Amino acid sequence: MSTREQPLVLVVEDYQDAREMYAAYLQFSGYGVAEAANGIEAVEKTQALLPDIVLMDLALPRMDGWEATRRLKADPRTRHIPIVALTGHALAGHAEGAREAGCDAFVTKPCLPDALVAEIKRLLDQQSSKSENKTSSSTTKTRKRP
Amino acid sequence: MARVAAPLAPVSNIDSDAKLAFVEFLLTSVDVQESARRAVDWLVAHVPVTEAAVLVLDGPGNEMLLVAEHGISSGAIIDFALARDDTRHPLVEALSGSETIYIQNLAAHHPSPLESRTFHAVPLRADASEASYGLLLVSGPGRDLDADTVWVGRTLGKHVSRLIGRQALAETRFGQERMLLYSIINAVTDPILLTDTEGKLIIANSHAEKLFAAPEEASEGWRRAAALNNMLFSAALSTSAVGMSELARRELLLVDPLEGSDLLFELMSSRAKDERQGTYVVSILRNVTDLARAKEEIEESYRTLRVAQAEVRDERHRLDLIIDSVADPILVTDQEGDIVLMNTPAERLFNAPGLEDEAALRRVRANGANLTSFVSNVLTRSGEQRYRGEIQLTDPLVGRPLPVEALAGTILSEQGELMWVVTILHDLTEAIEKARLYEQLKQASVELERKVQEATAELAEQNELLRRQHIALEQASNLKSQFLANMSHEFRTPLNAILGYTHMLLNNVTGQVTDPQRKSLTRIDSNAKHLLALINDILDITRIEAGRMPLNATTFRVSELFDEVQSELEPIIKRSNLTVATKQRGTVPSVRSDRQKVKQIVLNLLSNALKFTPAGSVTMTASYDLRRKEVAIAVKDTGVGIPAEDQVKVFEDFRQLDSSPARGYGGTGLGLSICRRLANMLDGTIDLESAVGRGSTFTLRLPAKARRR
Repeated sequence: MSTREQPLVLVVEDYQDAREMYAAYLQFSGYGVAEAANGIEAVEKTQALLPDIVLMDLALPRMDGWEATRRLKADPRTRHIPIVALTGHALAGHAEGAREAGCDAFVTKPCLPDALVAEIKRLLDQQSSKSENKTSSSTTKTRKRP
Repeated sequence: MARVAAPLAPVSNIDSDAKLAFVEFLLTSVDVQESARRAVDWLVAHVPVTEAAVLVLDGPGNEMLLVAEHGISSGAIIDFALARDDTRHPLVEALSGSETIYIQNLAAHHPSPLESRTFHAVPLRADASEASYGLLLVSGPGRDLDADTVWVGRTLGKHVSRLIGRQALAETRFGQERMLLYSIINAVTDPILLTDTEGKLIIANSHAEKLFAAPEEASEGWRRAAALNNMLFSAALSTSAVGMSELARRELLLVDPLEGSDLLFELMSSRAKDERQGTYVVSILRNVTDLARAKEEIEESYRTLRVAQAEVRDERHRLDLIIDSVADPILVTDQEGDIVLMNTPAERLFNAPGLEDEAALRRVRANGANLTSFVSNVLTRSGEQRYRGEIQLTDPLVGRPLPVEALAGTILSEQGELMWVVTILHDLTEAIEKARLYEQLKQASVELERKVQEATAELAEQNELLRRQHIALEQASNLKSQFLANMSHEFRTPLNAILGYTHMLLNNVTGQVTDPQRKSLTRIDSNAKHLLALINDILDITRIEAGRMPLNATTFRVSELFDEVQSELEPIIKRSNLTVATKQRGTVPSVRSDRQKVKQIVLNLLSNALKFTPAGSVTMTASYDLRRKEVAIAVKDTGVGIPAEDQVKVFEDFRQLDSSPARGYGGTGLGLSICRRLANMLDGTIDLESAVGRGSTFTLRLPAKARRR
């Protein structure tokens, strides 16, 4: 769907070291990266940038990841954007809460950068094959990792 | 019928010798009938008559009887009798007349002694001035009566009148004597009877008649009683041999015909002999009923008296026994206060005749004085039936104090006068001892109750404390779990960064690293991973213990699980150079359990086996216990083995045998501890069989179907 050369990943993470690490590795892996540090920022940036995928930490200040996800999934403009939930809590309930909020995938921290990238790639591939089936006339392809 | 005076008889032609003989006969005869018969015979012999008869007045002169006859063939007139008051009868008229009359054709309704109803009737009398005593009836020769017949009539008449007149005089005198005799025997109050030897009654006085004769109007009962009395009397007479002259006495029981009651008589009978009329029995009955009754009553009262005396004696004896059998002393005192009766237990206290001991005698006297003062108290209290008090006595023999309870009752005479005082003494020694013990017991009980209450209060306090502690602990436990969960999150975030950057460096994201740098980065990486594993394990344990590890039961096959576990550990297996095999013994059904947790256990067991087996093989075997409905998963290795003394420890937290190689083997030391916890959650067990140097076998046993929670 994107007309961008590189698929744009919005990394939502309040912990700066982690956010920048994922951002660096995603860029290294050939993705465009935008960053958000809290839930409100995540919603605004998603609505503004319409990224190809959102990497959403659930424990966030100001507005938590579940709420942000619900809003994005409630907005028709952003509803189609896959959201990968990212959490440090392995306790039961987090994963279910994330799926209920509308997350498409769930990754438990610690997550090594290349595992995360692999998950993102899998979801984007899934997304593009879906849209290809829907719009066969489209010639635009998601750019793959070099 | 015609009656006419008879014409004068013609001159007699009978020789005088015949007449003389007849007259001579009459002179010797004193019997009327005999004389009459002789007269009839004489007429028949000397005068031509067909029928002849003589009628004579009876004793009282009420009727005429036929005493002699001739020529009467019919037997019907033998019993002829003619009442004198039948004055219309011609014969009665002839009797009262003075002349011979001739009766012709006597009317049929008048009885007649002769068959011929035409005859002469000659009155029999002394002379014309006197009344007739009878009639001579003659029929046959005709209307005229001959002179001889007239002569016979006159001669017979004189003779008969003389006889009957004398007889009448004698009878009158006899009758008077008889009446006198009757009145005499009737005056006797005892019944007197004259009977024949069979007991047939001849004469009885009025008292005897009451017993033996029932009048016509008597009731049936009376008549039966009289009959019975007759029978009894006859029997009494016949059973006794009455001598010729001696007096026989015997008792005779008769029935009073009017009252129906029994009457007892003394019967005295004797025989009386009469030359002409044979033997008679004279009996006198004397009523002895009342006498007999009185005698019986006296005997009865005497007997009753004897019985009553015996009973009183027995009663007295029984009473003595009863009183003596009572263990408590009983005393009876009179109104003077003197003891009149006491039982054996009382005697031991108040009367000791056998005692020689001076002290004992003194005690007996003291007891008596105490009792006397008690009894005098009772005596002064008039109007009270019961009196209760306590007396201090002393056992005379041993001198032991004897407190007794005295219970006195008064016995009054019929006039309400106090007669006796009955006192019962009851030994109080035991009661006092019991009361003392009871008091002690009560105090002990009160003390105990107080202690129990104290203890209960303390316990309640401690319970409350414990409850609060429990709540606090629960809160603390929850806080701890929450804290650990949070902490692990907080650990992960920096650890995530460490692992991520290390990873990036090792992947030359920021440029080529040198070999020494790579070596260092690898150390950082492995330690960070170890730390992560520890955090994960601690988190697992925390979750299990906080009960926040939900179970998610699904149905799966153990063989598939084996494949999955094997492929997941494939890199390690390859590196280890061990042979890993999976086996299935018998048929193993699908298992319904939490697949994720079973897998975690098997993964752990297999990675442990790989870790601690330097060479050889690891075998995973699945089997099914049909009886217990259990699936067993055994992971057997040929590794170092675990000494028996350590086989329990391996399941404890942070245990790896020999801490130094733990690092070498890797792992957190929490694996088996978590496995056992998980197995318990799934209602299963983990067992260990092992020997040093011969490898270990860990066996997980699970119910084939997890029960619902």
